Amino acid sequence: MTQKPSLIIKLAVLAIAAALLFWPFLFQDVRSIQVAARICVFIVLVASYDLLIGYTGIVSFAHVMFFGFGSYGSAIALDQMGPGWLPVGLGALAGVALSLVIAVAIGLLSLRVKAIFFAMITLATASVALVLASQLSGLTGGEDGITYKAPDLFKPATKLWLNAEGKVAQLWGVRLNGKLAAYYFVFLSSLMLFVVMLRLVGSPIGTVLKAIRENEARAEAIGYRVVAYRTFVFCIAAVVASLAGSVYAVWLKYTGPETALSFDIMIDILLMVVIGGMGTMWGAVIGATLLVLAQYYLRDLMGAAAEALSGLPLLPEILSPDRWLLWLGIVFILLVYFFPKGIVGTLSAKGAR
Amino acid sequence: MERLNETIDRLGGVYLLPLAVAVLAFVLIGAPSSWATLTVAGLAMGMMIFLMASGLSLVFGLMDVLNFGHSAFISLGAFISASVLAAMGGWLGAESVLLNAAALLVAFGAAMLFGLVAGWFFETVIIKPVYADHLRQILITMGALIVVEELILAIWGGTPFSVGRPAFLEGAFVIGDITIEIYRAFAFALGLLAYAALYFVLNRTRLGLLIRAGVENREMVEALGFRIDRLFIGVFMVGSALAALGGAMWAGYETLITPHLGADMMIVVFIVVIIGGLGSVQGTLLGAILVGLMSNYVGFLAPKLSLASNMLLMMAILLWRPNGLKPAVK
Repeated sequence: MTQKPSLIIKLAVLAIAAALLFWPFLFQDVRSIQVAARICVFIVLVASYDLLIGYTGIVSFAHVMFFGFGSYGSAIALDQMGPGWLPVGLGALAGVALSLVIAVAIGLLSLRVKAIFFAMITLATASVALVLASQLSGLTGGEDGITYKAPDLFKPATKLWLNAEGKVAQLWGVRLNGKLAAYYFVFLSSLMLFVVMLRLVGSPIGTVLKAIRENEARAEAIGYRVVAYRTFVFCIAAVVASLAGSVYAVWLKYTGPETALSFDIMIDILLMVVIGGMGTMWGAVIGATLLVLAQYYLRDLMGAAAEALSGLPLLPEILSPDRWLLWLGIVFILLVYFFPKGIVGTLSAKGAR
Repeated sequence: MERLNETIDRLGGVYLLPLAVAVLAFVLIGAPSSWATLTVAGLAMGMMIFLMASGLSLVFGLMDVLNFGHSAFISLGAFISASVLAAMGGWLGAESVLLNAAALLVAFGAAMLFGLVAGWFFETVIIKPVYADHLRQILITMGALIVVEELILAIWGGTPFSVGRPAFLEGAFVIGDITIEIYRAFAFALGLLAYAALYFVLNRTRLGLLIRAGVENREMVEALGFRIDRLFIGVFMVGSALAALGGAMWAGYETLITPHLGADMMIVVFIVVIIGGLGSVQGTLLGAILVGLMSNYVGFLAPKLSLASNMLLMMAILLWRPNGLKPAVK
C-alpha cells in the first residue's frame, strides 16, 4: 500500500503549499483568508488522524475530542486571563496534558482488544466530552461557546511595518497588519507540525507502525510491543490534534461546540482522509484542501441550484445547502467502495505501472 | 475468597449485578416509593435499549460485522411509527380500547416491516461488498448512517416531532404510594415478550441452533453444508426490525422526537453491547438492564453525572472483564 507518490501528486502538493504561502497576497477578501487558515489547520488535523487510521490501522472517533481539548484550553485561558502569549501557551499546554492523559487511559484500556471495540469506545468517549462541554457552561460557555481576544500582535489594527508617512506599509498592495501576522502564525505552526509528522513517518517508528497495520501477529512475533507502539502513536496524534486546536482557537477568536467538538468535524476529517488517501501524508494535504474548498464554495452552488429548482417537489429540499452532508455521505460511500486508496493512492498506483 | 466466588457463581454470577445496583441505589435513595418508580423506569428503559441493541450484538457475533449504521433503523422506526400514529389520529383518540390498540399495532407493525426491508437493503447493498474488512465496514456503515440521518432531516424536518400515545396507555396507576406509568410497564412487558421470543428461537429451534453454532464457529457450520450467509441476512433483517421496534417504543416513551434520536441512542447501545459482550443475547439484556437502572438512579441522585455514569460503568466493567460480561465470541 505504500508506494512513492507520483509526479502529479508531488506537483499538486507543491502547488497547494505555494498557494497557501502566498494566499494573503493572491486573494484579499476576508472569507478566502478564512478558507486558507482552515485548510492549514485541517491539513495538520487530517495528517495526524492519518497516523492512526492510515499508518497504524486504528479507527478512532475521538480525534475531534483532542482537537477540542486544545481549542478549549487556549480559549478558556484567553478568556480568563485576557489576551497575551502566556495564556495561549498555558492553554495549549493544558490541552496537551489533558489529551495525553485521556489518550493514555483509552489506549491502555482498549488498544489491546479488537479494532472494532476501540472504535466504539472512542465514539462513546467523544460524545461524553461533547455533552460535558455543553453542560459545564460556566467554564466553556455551553452551547454558545466563548468569544475572546487574541494576543495584541494579531489585532487588525496592529502595524507590523511602517512606511515613510508613519502608516501601515504595503507589500504588493497588501497591508502588513496584524491579520497578516495571524495568518502566518497559523501557516507556520501548521507547517511545523506537519514536518514533524513527516519526519516521524519516515523514521524507523513509522516502519514499525506500518508493520503493525499489515500484520499484527508477525510484528509482535518479531519482538515489537504492539500495544506500546499503538498507544504511543495514539498519544502523538492526540497531542498534534490538540496543538492544531489551540492554533485554530487563536485564529478564530471564538470556540464553541460547533467549531471545536461537534461530530460534524469528525465526519469531515474522515472524509478528508478517505478522499485524499489513507496511509500517505500527501493524501492529507490534498484531501483537506479539496474538502475545505468544496465546503466553502460548493455550498453556494448548491444554494443556487436549489433556488433554480424551487418549483419542483422534494428536489430543492434535497439540494439545499443544509443537506450538504447528505451528498458528502453518498460520495463517501462510493469512494470507500471504488477508490479505497483515495486520490493519492489511486494516482500513485497508476504511475507505478 | 474462593468460597465467596463459588457461592456468587452458583447464585447467578454476573447476573446478580443489576440486583446489586438496585440494592445499592435503595440504600442511597432512602425513599422506597421513589426507588420503586425509578426501578420500573430503569427496567422499561433497559428493555427498550435491549431491543435496539440485540440485533447489533447478534449480527456481530454471527458474521463479525459491526454495523455503525444500526442507529439508522432506530430513528427510522421511531419516525415511521410516529407518522403512522399521526395519520391514524382518529383511531388513536377513539373511545374504544380495541381501536387504540389496533392503531398502535399498525404503527409498530409498519416500523418493523420497514426495518425488515431496510435491513435487507442495507445488508445486500451496503455491507455485503465489504465483508471481512473492518476498516471499510466501519467507514461505509458510518457513511450510510450520515445519509439516512440527512434523509430523515429532509423528509421530517429538523423541528421536534410530537408522537401520539393511545389513550389506554396514558396516565399511571398507583399502588400504595408508588406511582407507575402505564407506558413504562407496557414497554417492559413488550420487551420481555420480545426477549422470550428471541430466547425461544435461539435455544429451542433448529434455526436457533444453527445461529448459535454460527456464532461459535462459522467455518465449521459452513463446512457442514449450511448456507450461513442466508442465515445471516435473516438475522440482520430481524435485528433491524427489532431496532425499529425499539425506536418506535422509545418514540412513544419520549413523546417528542428529533432526528438526533438515533445518534443519541447509538452511544447507549454501544455501551450496552460493550458491557454485555458482543454476540450474546443474554449479555446484551444484562448490559441493557444495568445501563437502564444506572441512568435512572444516577439521574435522580446526581443529574449532572447521568451520561458520564454509563461511561464510568463501561470503563469499570472493561477493566474487570476486557471482553464484556458475557461474551459469546471466542
